[in-house]
Amino acid sequence: MTTVPGTAPMQGERIGLKHGAGGRAMRRLITETLARGLLTPMQNGIGLAAMDDGAAIPLGDAWLVVTTDSHVVHPVFFPGGDIGRLAISGTVNDLAMMGATEPLGLTSAVIVEEGYRTVDLERIQRSMVEACHEAGATIVTGDTKVMGRGELDGVVINTTGVGLAQRVVPDAGLRAGDRIILTGSVGDHGIALMARRHGLELDADLVSDVAPLNALVRRALFAVDLGITAMKDPTRGGLASALHEMAEKSSVGMVIHEPAVPMKPAVRAAAEVLGLDPLQIANEGKAVIGVRPEAAAAVLAACRAHPLGREAAVIGECISEHPGRVILDTGIGRRLLVEAEGELLPRIC
Amino acid sequence: MPDLALDAGVGELKFRDPARARAFTDALAGLCRDIGRARISVMHVCGSHEQSIAKYGLRAVLPKPLNVIMGPGCPVCVTDTPEVDEAVVLAEDGRRIATYGDMVRVPGTVKSLADVQAEGARIDVVYSAAQAVELARDTTEEVVFFASGFETTAVATAAVILDHPPANFSVLSAHKYIPPVMEIVAEMPDTKVEGFLAAGHAATITGSAVFDRFVERHKLPVVVAGFEPLDVLAGLVKLVELIRDGLPAVANMYPRCVTPEGNRAAQAQLWRVFRTMGGRWRGIAHVPNGNLRLRDEFAHVDTRRRFKIDLRRLWQHAPSGLTQVCVCGDIMAGIASPGNCPLFGKECVPDSPVGACMVSSEGTCRIWHQYGGHPEL
Repeated sequence: MTTVPGTAPMQGERIGLKHGAGGRAMRRLITETLARGLLTPMQNGIGLAAMDDGAAIPLGDAWLVVTTDSHVVHPVFFPGGDIGRLAISGTVNDLAMMGATEPLGLTSAVIVEEGYRTVDLERIQRSMVEACHEAGATIVTGDTKVMGRGELDGVVINTTGVGLAQRVVPDAGLRAGDRIILTGSVGDHGIALMARRHGLELDADLVSDVAPLNALVRRALFAVDLGITAMKDPTRGGLASALHEMAEKSSVGMVIHEPAVPMKPAVRAAAEVLGLDPLQIANEGKAVIGVRPEAAAAVLAACRAHPLGREAAVIGECISEHPGRVILDTGIGRRLLVEAEGELLPRIC
Repeated sequence: MPDLALDAGVGELKFRDPARARAFTDALAGLCRDIGRARISVMHVCGSHEQSIAKYGLRAVLPKPLNVIMGPGCPVCVTDTPEVDEAVVLAEDGRRIATYGDMVRVPGTVKSLADVQAEGARIDVVYSAAQAVELARDTTEEVVFFASGFETTAVATAAVILDHPPANFSVLSAHKYIPPVMEIVAEMPDTKVEGFLAAGHAATITGSAVFDRFVERHKLPVVVAGFEPLDVLAGLVKLVELIRDGLPAVANMYPRCVTPEGNRAAQAQLWRVFRTMGGRWRGIAHVPNGNLRLRDEFAHVDTRRRFKIDLRRLWQHAPSGLTQVCVCGDIMAGIASPGNCPLFGKECVPDSPVGACMVSSEGTCRIWHQYGGHPEL
C-alpha cells in the first residue's frame, strides 16, 4: 500500500469531524466525493472547480457572485454574537471576498428541532435583522423546517447570498512580491467559543469577532485601482488554512512574520493554556488581503480607517521560492506554518 | 560567553526576546567556528525541548554544523509494546483503565487501548494520578492506573500510592528513569553524541548532580536547560562551549528552578515506592535500571501482582507489516530523523499513527508533523 494523503480513495472511510474542519481532509471530501464529476472549470467565470469562497457568473459587463453557507455553531449564543449574526456575516463576507460588497439579497433557510424555545428563535432572528442592517443586506426569501426531537441539535441556519461585482477578486491571484494584509487580531472567534465551553475564567476579555466585513472591504477596494490581487476570510482552519489555500492556488511561497500578526493578549494567553495555536483558530470578522507592494500603504490606510480594521497590519509577503508553502518567521527562528490536522474545535461556524 | 552576562543574568532572561536570541545564535556560530568541525552533534532527551525548538523554528537559525538530535525523551514513545499489551489484556478482561490521553492511542502488538475502547472496554483519560484515585473512589470496579512518564510524573504516582488509595485501585507502572538511557545512547556506536541537554523539569526533582557520575564515566558534558526558546539557546551555548573547551562537566542553566541536590522530599517518596529494574524501551534497547517498578512493600497496589496478565493470546497475532517499516527506534536513538521514514506524513499521521512517536505530543514525529519538520528555509 503506497497511498499519499490527498490521493487516497475514500471508499470504506466514514465521515469524521475533521472532514468539516476546513483543512485538507475537507478539501479531499469535496473534490473526491461531493463535487465528483462537477469539477469541470467554467468556460467564462469562477465555478466549483476553483473551490473559491463562491461562484462568479458573467452577467453583462459585471459578475453575478453567488455563495452559500450552513451554520451549526455550538453554543448557539456565545460572547460577541450568536448563530443569527454568524449566518448573515458569513455569507456577506464570502460575497465580499469575491469583490461583491453590496449584497443584492440573501436567502435564509432555518431548520429547528422540535421543542426549541421560541424566545431563543426570536433572539436569533433579532440578531439576523441587526446584522443585515449593518451589512446593508436584505433577506429576500427563506424556508422553514422542523425536525423531530433528537434528529437535529437545536437549530441550523443556511444562508445564500447574491451580489454584483465589477471586478472579481479570486483567492488565487497572488504574485511574488505581494504584501499580505490582515485586517485585525487572530483567533478571537474560536477562542471565545472554546473559553465559553471550558468555562475559562478569562471569559470577559474573549469576545467573538463575528461581523459583516463588506463595508471595510469596499473601502479597501476603492482605495486602489487594481492593486488587490487576492482576498480570503480566515474562518475554519484559521489564518493558517487561509494562507495555505491562497499560496497553493497562486503557486507562490509566503513569509509571515509572527510578531506582526495582531493578537489580543487574552487570546494569546487562553490559547497557550488550551494548547492551541491562534493561527489555526477560526475568525469570523477578519480578511486576508493580498496587495501589490506599491498599493500596500493605501490599502492598509483604508482598512485602518474603518472601525473593524483599526488593527490591520501587513503580516508578510509572497516569494517565488517554496511555492505553496507558508514560512513562519517566529522572530527567533523560522519554520513552516502547517494547517491544523483534524478538528480543533467542533461546530464553531 | 561572559559578554552575554549569562552566568550572572540567566535568572532574568526575557525568555522570548528576539534580540537576545540573535546574540545566542551568533555566539553559537562563533563557538562552532572555534571548533572547526563539519558536524557537532548534541542530544536533548525531552519532548518539551523539541516542542520549543520546533515551535520557534530554532533549527533554521542554528549554525550548520550544529546537529541537535531529539533522543528518547518522550515517555509515551518508549513505552514498550508488551506494556501496552498488558493494559489491553486487562481492559479486555473487564478492568477499568485510567491513563494519560496519549497512552490511549499507542499501538500495542495487535491493538491500542483506543481499539479495545471501541470494542466496549472502559478506558478513562485522566490528567493526574490523583484523578485516577478519585475515579476508583467513585466506583466499586477495579481501576487500573496505567502510569507512564519519567521520574517527574513517577513522583506524583508515588505520592498517591503512599496516600492510602482505595482497595480497588492499582498501578500498572510503565514509568521510566532517564539517567540510565543516557548511558545507553552515549555508548551507541552510530550516535556520536558529544554532549547532552538535560530536561529542566526532571532535574528539579533529581537535582543537576544526578548527572555527575554520567559525566565522569563518559567524559561528555551535560547542561540542564529550561523550555522557553531562550532557555534552550542558552543551554546550547553553554553545551557547545563545554565541548569546545573539552570540559566534561555538568552545568545548570536553569537555576531559577533547579538546584544541584534537587527536591529531596520528592526523591525520598519516589525511591520509597519505586525501584529501578532493567527493561526494554520501545525501539531503543534493553535499558538496565531504566524501568521504575513498585517495591515489594507495595505489592498490594501493583497491578502486575494483583492480576494474572496473560499476554500470549495477543502474541499469537503477528504485528502489522507497517510496524516493521517504522523507524521510531532509530529516530529516538538519534540515528534517523522523521524525514528518513517512508511512512512519515503518509501512512503514519496523527489521526492514524503507526509508531508511538506520532502519537504523543512529545514525540518527534508528531512535533515535526505539527510544525512542518526541518526544511531548508
